[in-house]
Amino acid sequence: MIINSRFFNRSELTGFIVLAAVLFVILPLSLDVFRLNLVAKYLTYAFVALGLVLCWGYGGILSLGQGVFFGLGGYCMAMFLKLEASSVENTKIQSTPGIPDFMDWNQITSLPLFWQPFHSLTFTILAIIFVPGLFALIIGTAMFKRRVGGTYFAIITQAVAAILTILIVGQQGYTGGINGMTDLRTLKGWDIRPDHAKIILYFVEVVLLFTCIGIAQFIRLTKLGRILVAMREQEDRVRFSGYSVANFKIFAFCMAAIFAAIGGAMFALNVGFMSPSFVGIVPSIEMVIYTAVGGRTSIFGAIWGAILVNFAKTSLSESFPQLWLFSLGALFIAVVLAFPNGLSGLWADYVQPRIDRLFARKPKSGWNGNSVADGAPAE
Amino acid sequence: MSDEANKGLLSPLRRKLLMGMAAVPVVTMLPRASFAQAPATSAVNTTGLAVTDTEVTVGILHSATGTMAISETGSIEAEKLAIEQINAAGGVLGRKIKFIQEDGASDWPTFAEKAKKLLVNDKVAAIMGCWTSASRKAVLPVVEQYNGMLYYPTFYEGLEQSKNVIYTGQEATQQILAGLNWIAKEKGAKTFFFIGSDYIWPRTSNKIARKHVENVLKGKVVGEEYYALGSTQFNSVINKIKLTKPDVIFTDVVGGSNVAFYKQLKAAGIDLAKQPLLTISVTEDEIDGIGGENIAGAYACMKYFQSLDNPNNKAFVPAFKKMWGEKTVIGDVTQAAYLGPWLWKLTVEKAGSFDVDKIAAASPGVEFKGAPEGYVRIHENHHLWSKTRVGRAKLDGQFELIYETADLVEPDPFPKGYQ
Repeated sequence: MIINSRFFNRSELTGFIVLAAVLFVILPLSLDVFRLNLVAKYLTYAFVALGLVLCWGYGGILSLGQGVFFGLGGYCMAMFLKLEASSVENTKIQSTPGIPDFMDWNQITSLPLFWQPFHSLTFTILAIIFVPGLFALIIGTAMFKRRVGGTYFAIITQAVAAILTILIVGQQGYTGGINGMTDLRTLKGWDIRPDHAKIILYFVEVVLLFTCIGIAQFIRLTKLGRILVAMREQEDRVRFSGYSVANFKIFAFCMAAIFAAIGGAMFALNVGFMSPSFVGIVPSIEMVIYTAVGGRTSIFGAIWGAILVNFAKTSLSESFPQLWLFSLGALFIAVVLAFPNGLSGLWADYVQPRIDRLFARKPKSGWNGNSVADGAPAE
Repeated sequence: MSDEANKGLLSPLRRKLLMGMAAVPVVTMLPRASFAQAPATSAVNTTGLAVTDTEVTVGILHSATGTMAISETGSIEAEKLAIEQINAAGGVLGRKIKFIQEDGASDWPTFAEKAKKLLVNDKVAAIMGCWTSASRKAVLPVVEQYNGMLYYPTFYEGLEQSKNVIYTGQEATQQILAGLNWIAKEKGAKTFFFIGSDYIWPRTSNKIARKHVENVLKGKVVGEEYYALGSTQFNSVINKIKLTKPDVIFTDVVGGSNVAFYKQLKAAGIDLAKQPLLTISVTEDEIDGIGGENIAGAYACMKYFQSLDNPNNKAFVPAFKKMWGEKTVIGDVTQAAYLGPWLWKLTVEKAGSFDVDKIAAASPGVEFKGAPEGYVRIHENHHLWSKTRVGRAKLDGQFELIYETADLVEPDPFPKGYQ
């Protein structure tokens, strides 16, 4: 197998340039702030999709519980923002001023201990990365060391998502319950709600996304990435070759969790809101669907999947308030039936060859990120 | 309606002056139409809302899909009926109401997103919408930030007051206290058992009810249990009820859980004709699902029943059925949703303007004599003065009015001594 020494091969470079051009230049110039803020919301799911490419597309570990990590990241951020919004002056009318409003409604009279550290932004940023990371490490270690995989693992991640939702809804005095944490206002005194703040947050998010793309691409290109693919195709052979399969799986799962958490934190900042409806089973499955529609083995494909599916969701629901869920369902079925490799498969099969021919110097041997996925396991 | 606020603007000189100033930001939107009957657009809309010489746009924002659709459909229907009636009667300040409907999809962030879309992109003059507290909490920061006007129809937990919201349903003390007083007096009730769904509205309502029972009625709460939204297993709490034998079961279980709860109550042999049960969450809409035979005899405490016998309601119910079908039932929230467009129209006419700031300022004191529930008036705190009524559920799914307060009850969203 040819090891590509460059960071991106040609088709990936095209993908990179197109995505960068669209996100950095075209969308900010062509959309008003309201729509741009919606794109920022879609992009938070792109982080999750990116994680799923590593963990599911490359590592072959299907997690149906990414909402858990998205939620943990989002709640960490929301707790910080909520504390800042609940200053004593802002909450004068409460029986206990200075604590979040939902605690006051639930007859809690002092800030719970686990909320205290979230006064610090540094702690919050570390928590956004390490809380979901450690949680994934615990689940991953417990599962993969016992060689629980495949469907069973997917079911367990679903169960975790359900448990966390129930926990958040049930402990409403500490978490805001089903209402979630609303009315988030400032970050270190900087108002996150006006238009100019939304634009800045958008660019921060895009830069973060490209950083994560860089990390994911780096992992893919190293030996680690090759082992992940090998593990997906023939787990036993990798194990018999002397690698510890469990450790690699745990690593991929933790990375996916951290990416999802970053997305969740950006969600809380951009939308000014966090609620258990992003944690449960349904959103977790939706996240897998974005990735599948975009193409689970292609970093750029999955990101486009997240953006386009969410865009379709918004525009269909605006045009057909009564019917949009059906049309969305039909769209998913159509895409998955017609293009099992998602949009990126479509691109690799139909668009890329034309582009190649256009630049035809010599026909390449056809190796790119997507054909690895198509390739049958070596016999 | 009162045109006093308008008269100043109609003097020709002042109008010209005002138009000159106000037309600058909206000059592109200003058709060269006549200002014959209706006041000039530039005068009644100084903030760039979607108001033309012939039309004004409002938003309807409820869940048409998802678990809440079954409850919110009635509100959508009532709002559309009110808008149609207002248009038939000549519209608002000479302009027909056009509405844009958005689907909140039973998903709170979607509500926030759609509210923002309605305010920022569509520039609607008002939003009739939201149902659950969670959706309102999600939308509230948006309407406050973009200075919109929200008419919110559901009875809710209180503890909230906003310049940008008119609460057309009852807040918790308004709904609960009169009902508890009545049942304590009528049935000599001393012991109460609380059962609720586990979220902010039942918890706050029960907190208020508990304080009232303990401090005012000098009674006792013998049990307080919460079930997750959508729960269908109530056997353990029914056993506890049988053991504690409370004088009154007080429930605020919401949505589909009600069906399971009342069926299991009946199956356990608790006869609601003998065991008083007071609910604040079951309207005619819910009985549709529960079945009249399962809940007949229970008491409900709210402000409106479809069976109310007054001239307004006698016109409202047939109009509603004519538009939406003979089989539809009208619950408390549906009626409150119907008030939204009307109160907005009356307020716009009182303020002589569509500007949100002027509407917010003009709202207190606006009275609607044509309300199906009777007469309502907006309080300084943007809630409604309204009567509280107790009805008894009948086999046919309707309520029979048993008691109503003599006077309008004052809304008190931040009740002293109940927090």
